Amino acid sequence: MDVLAATFDERVDSFFAPVSEVITAIVFFAVPLDFIDEGVELPLIVVWLVVAGFFFTIYLRGFQFRAFKHAIALTRGDYNDPKDAGEVTHFQALATAVSGTVGLGNIAGVAVAISLGGPGATLWMIVAGLVGMCTKGVECTLGVKYRNVYADGRVSGGPMYYLTKGLKERSPRLGTLGKVLAVLFCIFTLGGAVGGGNMFQANQAFSQAQSVTGGEDGPLGGGAAGAVFGLVMAVLVGAVIIGGIRSIARVTDKLVPFMAVFYVIACLTVLFANVSAIPDALWAIVSQAFSPEAGYGGIVGVLIQGFRRAAFSNEAGLGSAAIAHSAVKTNEPATEGHVAVLEPFIDTVVICTMTALAIVITGTYADESSAPGVQTTSAAFESVVGWFPIVLAVAVVLFAYSTMLAWSYYGLKAATYLFGESMLVDRTWKLIFCLFVVIGASSTLDAVIGFSDSMIFLMSLPNIIGLYILARVVKREIYGYRERLDSGEIVPAQQRS
Amino acid sequence: MPESIVVGLDGSESSGRAADAAADAARHHGLRLVLACVVPWSPYSFTTAEENERRSVEKEREASDARDRVLAPVAARLAEAGDLRIEGVVRHGHPAETLVTLARENDAAWITVGRVGQSRVRTLLFGSTPSSLIQLSPVPVLVVP
Repeated sequence: MDVLAATFDERVDSFFAPVSEVITAIVFFAVPLDFIDEGVELPLIVVWLVVAGFFFTIYLRGFQFRAFKHAIALTRGDYNDPKDAGEVTHFQALATAVSGTVGLGNIAGVAVAISLGGPGATLWMIVAGLVGMCTKGVECTLGVKYRNVYADGRVSGGPMYYLTKGLKERSPRLGTLGKVLAVLFCIFTLGGAVGGGNMFQANQAFSQAQSVTGGEDGPLGGGAAGAVFGLVMAVLVGAVIIGGIRSIARVTDKLVPFMAVFYVIACLTVLFANVSAIPDALWAIVSQAFSPEAGYGGIVGVLIQGFRRAAFSNEAGLGSAAIAHSAVKTNEPATEGHVAVLEPFIDTVVICTMTALAIVITGTYADESSAPGVQTTSAAFESVVGWFPIVLAVAVVLFAYSTMLAWSYYGLKAATYLFGESMLVDRTWKLIFCLFVVIGASSTLDAVIGFSDSMIFLMSLPNIIGLYILARVVKREIYGYRERLDSGEIVPAQQRS
Repeated sequence: MPESIVVGLDGSESSGRAADAAADAARHHGLRLVLACVVPWSPYSFTTAEENERRSVEKEREASDARDRVLAPVAARLAEAGDLRIEGVVRHGHPAETLVTLARENDAAWITVGRVGQSRVRTLLFGSTPSSLIQLSPVPVLVVP
């Protein structure tokens, strides 16, 4: 039995690895920069994302920083119309989006960035988070502006709608381009949903569960353990998305914010336990961002690691957030643009930075005995409180689960856009999604991480082209709204007569 | 001068008795009767993307359910005598807070609610609408067992 089982996991893996390698090679086509440092390469896709972030930050004159205060007031509900009670609030739209993005990118992704890029990667990750805030604001403004209201009253939006409707509105000649981009976006979203939104999550959840239960020798150490673990996760995912057992989703939705807070507290505990090491760690983060130690690929190598993992974690520029935010009840698309800037802030600037500090301070990133990932973060936690890895394992499984539920929805929206709204499409997609949970948990990290990265990043190609073409529309929406806000035309609900 | 009595209805028997008591008082004092059903809802609850997509539809469904199943039977029963001015309202929100808002909007003399028979544990954990009403209300609150 065990022999048979061992070959199952291996078979999945050997089937998957070559597919993953080919796709990764294409998406992460990199320009060698040997003139800077031997072996340093610049993946064009990372440049694509970061340039967009900087472009919009400059084009909208630091919108994300000016928007911050008003974004908090909107999220708090100061501007909610009492008549809209019972509809989706800004808080709910943001919380839904955050529970989709706060996931393994924050725990495993950060560990990968620092293991491969050194402490300096943290600084670039934060920078990428700050510019990513602007990209998110742009996406979500468009998501709401061009969202779809179905005949039965359902509301949904996303890049596929602003790419088609928005581009056609800009100029009828752009209509065809819009359609092509929307179709491409949906295809990549399907891939991203099964990759980063599913397999990567299942894989890392299994890895952490295996490690806290005794590793290779524990109950989850056997050959088929990955597949069995994946099967259990798949059943739990299926129960919600196919079986419609919402109570499970509700429980998770309540636990995820609680776990996120607990996670930050755990990180802070690690920091306080090593309080004397904090100045050195901060210095390492800043100084090594510009002049890293040998082996981290020079400044460009560090920068790429930071940017790449930040993008994977906060998803800015990928277009997924535009789907999550679009159902909000508002007549002003710019309001959701404001609220959306908080998402990369919470995800990257706060949570990723916490992980990074814990890893840098405890120095676990330098340990080369295990592959970088959740284990690196886990080791940092364990060095302070022995049972923290168990808490981390629970957090990892929960984050993974909520991220999977979110991505199953993004994938569903893409599938119904491509193949039409029907029960067949709905069920087929959801079954495929559950199948990939099992595959993800059985595969080795390299194959999964490569595929996940590739498909998720591909979403940014059609999405960001659309953002550039629609930049003027966003500017008009946001500036128009800010003017009315500044002139006192838009006031909090309590001051309305 | 107060103009109305606000009655909180939730479909329970005690809230039906509360409506009867309020109807008697309304006749006696010549006040309007505002029958209110509040669908419990919080702007800060956590929801899934799929729920968000359907939220507007669900809101309508919840509101029409409340109108048909909770308000309509009571309103029909009280209207039989033909001597009362009756108004029905359905709102989403925190039950006690929303009843207080309605009392202010309608210049209510007092608020009448039924005492809901829920377990001690539930009341301890989540509180009850009558007890939070007593804390919040600017007008007297009449609780009918």
